[in-house]
Amino acid sequence: MPRGHRPGHRTGGGEAHPSPSARERVLVLPGEELEARGLKPGPGTYRVGGKVYASILGLYLPRPPLVQVVPLSGRYIPKPGDTVVGTVTDVQNTFWLLDIGAPRWAPLHMTGAPWKVDVGETERFLRVGDAVVVRVENLDATGRIGVTMQGEGLGKLEAGTIVRITPARVPRLVGRGGSMIQTIRQRTGAEIAIGQNGRIWVGGTEEAVRRVSEVLRMIGESGQRPGLTERVARYLVATTPTAHEAAEGEGEGESPRQGPAETNGEDGDEGDEAPGPENGKSEEERTSWET
Amino acid sequence: MGNIGAKEVPVLLSPEGLRIDGRKLDELRPIEIRAGVLRQADGSAFVEWGQNKVMAAVYGPREVHPRHLQQNNKAVIQCRYNMAAFSVDERKRPGLDRRSQEISKVIAEAFESVVFAEEFPRTSIDVYIEVLQANAGTRCAGLVAASVALADAGIPMVDLLPAVAVGKVAGAIALDLKKEEDNFGEADLPMALVPQSGRLVLLQMEGHMTEEELSRSLDLGVAGCRVIYEKMKAALRERYSVEPVATEAA
Repeated sequence: MPRGHRPGHRTGGGEAHPSPSARERVLVLPGEELEARGLKPGPGTYRVGGKVYASILGLYLPRPPLVQVVPLSGRYIPKPGDTVVGTVTDVQNTFWLLDIGAPRWAPLHMTGAPWKVDVGETERFLRVGDAVVVRVENLDATGRIGVTMQGEGLGKLEAGTIVRITPARVPRLVGRGGSMIQTIRQRTGAEIAIGQNGRIWVGGTEEAVRRVSEVLRMIGESGQRPGLTERVARYLVATTPTAHEAAEGEGEGESPRQGPAETNGEDGDEGDEAPGPENGKSEEERTSWET
Repeated sequence: MGNIGAKEVPVLLSPEGLRIDGRKLDELRPIEIRAGVLRQADGSAFVEWGQNKVMAAVYGPREVHPRHLQQNNKAVIQCRYNMAAFSVDERKRPGLDRRSQEISKVIAEAFESVVFAEEFPRTSIDVYIEVLQANAGTRCAGLVAASVALADAGIPMVDLLPAVAVGKVAGAIALDLKKEEDNFGEADLPMALVPQSGRLVLLQMEGHMTEEELSRSLDLGVAGCRVIYEKMKAALRERYSVEPVATEAA
């Protein structure tokens, strides 16, 4: 075989992406070289021959001592502590299998259920198709996901609608300090349970559910364009039935939903925040992410 | 096109060195790529390349079906290349045939060499390629669409995978054959390139060429792949455009 072109001739993707400044958001694609300046390859990157390249499509974010690429798309990658919304896909004698949008189905053992379940009785409590809110407890090396349904805000979901957005957009939905989600709740009167896996449960009147679904669509599809908060606010104001406004006191204490996050609403919810890096942070930390 | 049994060979190369559709020997057909066109899929792309129209959808990593294909140290990559019954002049008998099985296999293997499958053990990454309209070079068009769809699905990989076919037409080496050139030409050589490393991860050949011609063909194909690579990246950039944010608020 002739050797017209082989490594050696390699041109890669051209120049390396220079390290972005703190507030800059740089989109990188698989195979693009990243300027690493002595940093180690972190999530979303790989190293060959002393050079670091992006392995996924996402935002280039140096986080010393790592260079990393934060995903903008893709399936939900589970993380212990996350609250997620899932549906039952299979029922066995001692456990249920849940689709939580992750690479694999998550087994929920009967001992992790909030009820006293006897062997073989699992189907009396949850059947295929039922929706639940669970928390990710652990992950093992093979990617097995352990979940529990015992805890505040966890349990079976009745009625309502589940809307999906890409998991990478969840921080944007919550907004800084919970500002976005709080606005949506107040303006629509809907009950909303946010799964970190991008599955959002919405309960309330038909009208409320419809408006929330529309807002979720806007958030899910708006890509990285700025001004999202404004557009959402404009939509909500435009569709608020005036009599409605005063009447909703947010009676949602019993609804299963995200505990933290909505600490307060007014801390500078301007412009469009980049989706926060999703890894290993508490929700407060993630949503108030500022770099 | 048309007449069954028509064996008349069209003039594939004009005296001026132009091809049947007026292209130069090293010229690609027009290519247009759009990423993220399907709502249901984890990633998707649509490619119009000359008179080819190809849709690709990626699902996963997700549970493996059928179960016995599961690998406990990495994701399996399953690919289904399919031509629509209406994609060619004569109705194509729907469903799997030997040709589509072969193409599915070589495309899956091409992706196996770039996707970081170890990150998702016991899962499957499912790639669906549907050829809606065919005019030669559909395996390359399918590969390009699938590669953009994989990136759109957030799958980690070494690089995007541009692909193109080079062939021998009326004695000359030509880039990106169209149907007549493929049917009546002397050779067809599809290839897929990993731009990051310069390696080829798909290379097939039908017909005959000399060693020297093969060498020139590879160079021409690699150059073509690099052009296509840029179009693939542009499509993804457009889909995920990051607009500069004014340095508002501290």
